[in-house]
Amino acid sequence: MQHNVKPTRSTSRGDPWPVRWGLTLAALAVLIVLVLVPVVNVFYQALERGLAAYWHNLFGDPNTRHAILLTLMVAPPAVLANLVFGVACAWAVTRFRFPGRAILLTLIDLPFSVSPVVAGLMFVLLFGMQGYFGPWLRAHGLKIIFATPGLILVTAFVTLPFVVRELVPVMEAVGPEEDEAAVSLGANGWQMFWRVTWPNIRWGVLYGVILCNARAMGEFGAVYVVSGHIAGRTDTMPLRVEKLFQEYNTPGAFAVASVLTFLALVTLALKTWLEHRERQEIAEALASTKTKEKQ
Amino acid sequence: MSITVQNISKRFGSFTALDNVSLDVPSGGLLALLGPSGSGKTTLLRIIAGLEVPDEGIILYGDEEVTHRSVRERNVGFVFQHYALFRHMSVFENVAFALRVRGWKQERVRQRVGELLHLVRLEGYEKRRPSQLSGGQRQRVALARALAAAPRVLLLDEPFGALDAKVRQELRQWLRLLHRQIHCTTVLVTHDQEEAFEVADRVVVMNDGRIEQVGSPHELLQQPASDFVMDFLGCPDYSI
Repeated sequence: MQHNVKPTRSTSRGDPWPVRWGLTLAALAVLIVLVLVPVVNVFYQALERGLAAYWHNLFGDPNTRHAILLTLMVAPPAVLANLVFGVACAWAVTRFRFPGRAILLTLIDLPFSVSPVVAGLMFVLLFGMQGYFGPWLRAHGLKIIFATPGLILVTAFVTLPFVVRELVPVMEAVGPEEDEAAVSLGANGWQMFWRVTWPNIRWGVLYGVILCNARAMGEFGAVYVVSGHIAGRTDTMPLRVEKLFQEYNTPGAFAVASVLTFLALVTLALKTWLEHRERQEIAEALASTKTKEKQ
Repeated sequence: MSITVQNISKRFGSFTALDNVSLDVPSGGLLALLGPSGSGKTTLLRIIAGLEVPDEGIILYGDEEVTHRSVRERNVGFVFQHYALFRHMSVFENVAFALRVRGWKQERVRQRVGELLHLVRLEGYEKRRPSQLSGGQRQRVALARALAAAPRVLLLDEPFGALDAKVRQELRQWLRLLHRQIHCTTVLVTHDQEEAFEVADRVVVMNDGRIEQVGSPHELLQQPASDFVMDFLGCPDYSI
């Protein structure tokens, strides 16, 4: 049995060529219609009237400009929060056995299973004017819902699982031995983490952060509910795309959409590169072990 | 530095790993904890190191009570079953780790690591990664790393378990020689009776979280204290 994904052309089964070609063409057709055409179309529509118009669509409209800026302001704090939480949580879950561990693992997945709109609503019901903390927040002059803090909160909620989910298997595979060795050699917690733990998990962390960031910038439903959709104030890029489209400003909508799509493509490239790198490292480690054992 | 274990008990949930265990390791001694898996020998070693906290009982290094000192403060050399070498560091940096976290100057670090690599006969391997070493070489790097900061006691968890028979044989003799050279109080855990008898001057036979018998290899064979010891040691190869 071979476990790689290379095409096994010389199989003894030797499926007849119409089957092989038929299946391949069918798969390609689906990919082209569902993935390739829409993605290419986004860029085509955005750039149809030339680069100058594209530039103007992106940066000429103050509301669009603000939406781009707001997205760049909302995503980093949410990603940072999930980075710190993700590392701490993966650490606790993989290194210790404590009561409530199974519940914690289940709760981490909650943001994936709850509809983003419901997630947004939960925060409105907590922090909105009619919510539990609403009156208190208003009395102290704090605004969360229909403002940037609310956007950061829901974005962090919706993207919470990415880093943890990525790190738990990585940390489980690495195991606690190297950390224990570091402490037994006299390292304090800080030295242990930065010198031993971090180098072993950094690629996994980066992978989680990239996926987390892509989702944070692209989030629509939850942000829609808590933002109040105020142009020039609480509209992020995905919300702006929708609004421009509703206003029949198709070139504007596609221009903003192309930036989001570009981000997705960059994410995909980084993800592939990281996966490739990780595989290569494992392969190198295995290969050198084998040759050494033989000598 | 002698080690004293007094009335140590340890439970994991409903499983009793150690049940009121007491033991003395004389200063400079080389002692083996021998027993089947699940007998509590590794747990006892980890408690001596400070990697586990006992439910009851105390641990002394010399006259100093260390029961609630963390492993970091105890200054022990611990060699893990699968070596636990830092995979992203070179051999040099692995051995230098304990010195680096103690803030040694580069010049002294280089000198000390040189000495240690000479001691474990791995000069010229400074730049290799652990993945580029054979099992026996990794084991020796792990030993050099554990000895770097001149530990008060040396603790080895199944040190030869993952090696093939020939390398294991060589390393046993080498460990005996090394112990004679550095004279550091040493405790090693093994499930292999031959290994325990060949390396250690005193052997502790453990079963079900209790100590069945302590003695020299000769005493254990001549006067087994219980049916378990007789059974476990069985018919030794060289009496046939």
